Amino acid sequence: MRLEKRPERSAAMALASPFIALALTIVTAAIIFALRGNNPLAALYVYFIEPLTALWSVEQLLVKASPLILIGAGLSVCYRANVWNIGAEGQLTAGAILAGAVPVFFPAWQSPLVLLVMVALGVLGGMMWAAIPAFLRNRFSANEILTSLMLVYVVQLLLDYLVRGPWRDPQGFNFPKSVTFEGWQLLPYLTSGIHLGVLIAFIVALVLGYVVSRTLKGYEITVTGLSTRAARFSGFSEKRTVMFCMLLSGGLAGLAGAFEISSVVGQLQPQISPGYGFAAIIVAFLGRLNPVGVIFAGLLLALSYIGGEAVQTALQIPDKITRVIQGILLFYILACDTLITYRIVSPASRAAAAAGA
Amino acid sequence: MKKLLMAAATAALMLGAASASASAEALKVCWVYVGPIGDFGWSYQHHQGLLAVQKEFGDKVETAYAENVAEADSEKTFERFAREGCKMIYGTSFGFMEPMLKVAKKFPDVKFEHATGYKTADNLGTYNAKFHEGRYVIGQIAAKVSKTGTAGYIVSFPIPEVVAGINAFMLGAQSVNPDFKVKIVWANTWFDPAKEADAAKVLLSQGADILVQHTDSTAPLQVAQEQGKFGFGQASDQSKFAPKAQLTAIVDNWAPHYVRSVQAVLDGSWKPAQVWDGMAEGTVSMAPYTNLPEDVVAMATKTAADIASGKLNPFGGKITKQDGSVVENVDDGMILGMNWYVKGVDDKLPQ
Repeated sequence: MRLEKRPERSAAMALASPFIALALTIVTAAIIFALRGNNPLAALYVYFIEPLTALWSVEQLLVKASPLILIGAGLSVCYRANVWNIGAEGQLTAGAILAGAVPVFFPAWQSPLVLLVMVALGVLGGMMWAAIPAFLRNRFSANEILTSLMLVYVVQLLLDYLVRGPWRDPQGFNFPKSVTFEGWQLLPYLTSGIHLGVLIAFIVALVLGYVVSRTLKGYEITVTGLSTRAARFSGFSEKRTVMFCMLLSGGLAGLAGAFEISSVVGQLQPQISPGYGFAAIIVAFLGRLNPVGVIFAGLLLALSYIGGEAVQTALQIPDKITRVIQGILLFYILACDTLITYRIVSPASRAAAAAGA
Repeated sequence: MKKLLMAAATAALMLGAASASASAEALKVCWVYVGPIGDFGWSYQHHQGLLAVQKEFGDKVETAYAENVAEADSEKTFERFAREGCKMIYGTSFGFMEPMLKVAKKFPDVKFEHATGYKTADNLGTYNAKFHEGRYVIGQIAAKVSKTGTAGYIVSFPIPEVVAGINAFMLGAQSVNPDFKVKIVWANTWFDPAKEADAAKVLLSQGADILVQHTDSTAPLQVAQEQGKFGFGQASDQSKFAPKAQLTAIVDNWAPHYVRSVQAVLDGSWKPAQVWDGMAEGTVSMAPYTNLPEDVVAMATKTAADIASGKLNPFGGKITKQDGSVVENVDDGMILGMNWYVKGVDDKLPQ
């Protein structure tokens, strides 16, 4: 058995693939629930439907989706150009560190300017951290998959050091936390549950969607991703595209980090993200590497977190179910995509085809 | 497809009905754990408390829990429980403090209790255990059993509870052997079996022959057993993981507190308090003494009984600090904010 490239890629199937993957994931989830002895329909309802039936959980869903959409939108542009930034989690952390430095060093500074400075520093932090793998690839041809991933651990340990040592809350009984942020160090809330960052995440994704599909820059990125040779003939520099994509996706991850610490978390602590930077990789693929598609994919992934918690508290299904469902979803989406481009050929059918010819 | 949808809708309706009827009668009590209930340490012991509440109150309560809740992400878990009709919510990790404060403010009719924290509100109390009482007992045992006169101590974070534990251990050990030494490794984690095992190996190779831990996994005890050395269980009786190595364990028994607290909610007499119970209340107890000579068992039993009766105060009398200064009348407040070592601790507190 082997894979053979199809003569033509079906455009309809490319769009249908996330839905097929989702359907297969739901079926697989039902089987897992049934094997555990839960009523699969009831469990699926609690997991995928019930969170959408109450305002508060829809708000939670949007809040949870916003970092995934911000990061996912940036990554989708990056991956279009064949630039594989796997380190968004680290860029998020770098952004959070720089943004968090403001309230840590100027705890009493209160003005709308504080928030603007924090957000700007967040973007800058993410960009700086993403510039390292971009530079290493352009200068030394170092594989950015490895370097960006490794840098995640470096910056996480840096944050760990800071909140346990120099940036620790002096009144915090030696616990590894910074001071808690207050007033203009926190994002304003639009409703009781939705902060300003959620709105910005949606706007950013829509703007990026426009850039990718309607501007020369978007064309340059897509062409570079499809063929660097063709891009060179058109006068596009691959190195410039690599740096641009890394800075864009890193900056957005840093922005997400700044938003997280100035809303949900409200201080610096050793762990500020439950893996948004990695989950956003799934979001980018599920959204067809299209920033607008990423909005829907981000909402779906957020649902997988919220639903995972719902089945845990309601049906006592272990919390690992969230990771299982996310993993299955990514597996099916990659499998579907592969089968759009390739078909499975068994040796027997090849022999028959050869004999027929 | 239509049939499937119908079935799903029916299931959903039944589910909704079931939860509605249950919450109308029973008091819903909910727990948020930071680790897995299968850690056989910290979260496991809190879950034993949940089971005890179920057993004690039967139909009068309904329980729910969430395990492995990341501290950064815990606010929505507390909010979920408050929305789902929990009337009493326990959070069992220090890192839940700020999220619990926020959610408690949002749901004034729901009661909250936060283990090991220090901030309270009108509907948020705290509870903790005097673990250091048990540490004094194991300090005495360590000083009796150790041949090298040195213990290896694996610690998580330099918070007052942990520092007070080290001090109580040393005071206990020095009451038997004034020259007793302790080597300290900061693991910077509450639960990481691989890291804890590495720390254990390092300490044993540096001449310690008895291990103490203020981290939650069973790994250090298992390393001690492999190398024919001894150690103490953490939070729960871990003897089945290292039957030849465990001498005793400091057992956190949260059940009495949870039962009292739920009873108070049922009676309508619950008030936010800062509960700090120890051996006297049964919240801290010692696991059976094993692998020990009889005279050591007798000494430990007597010490534990004296602490429980109030005859012995681990931090009583004059205490010489690491810097040579002397303190007297160390009270609860000083223990809860402790950030200094007693004389003889070979380590510097990370400042």
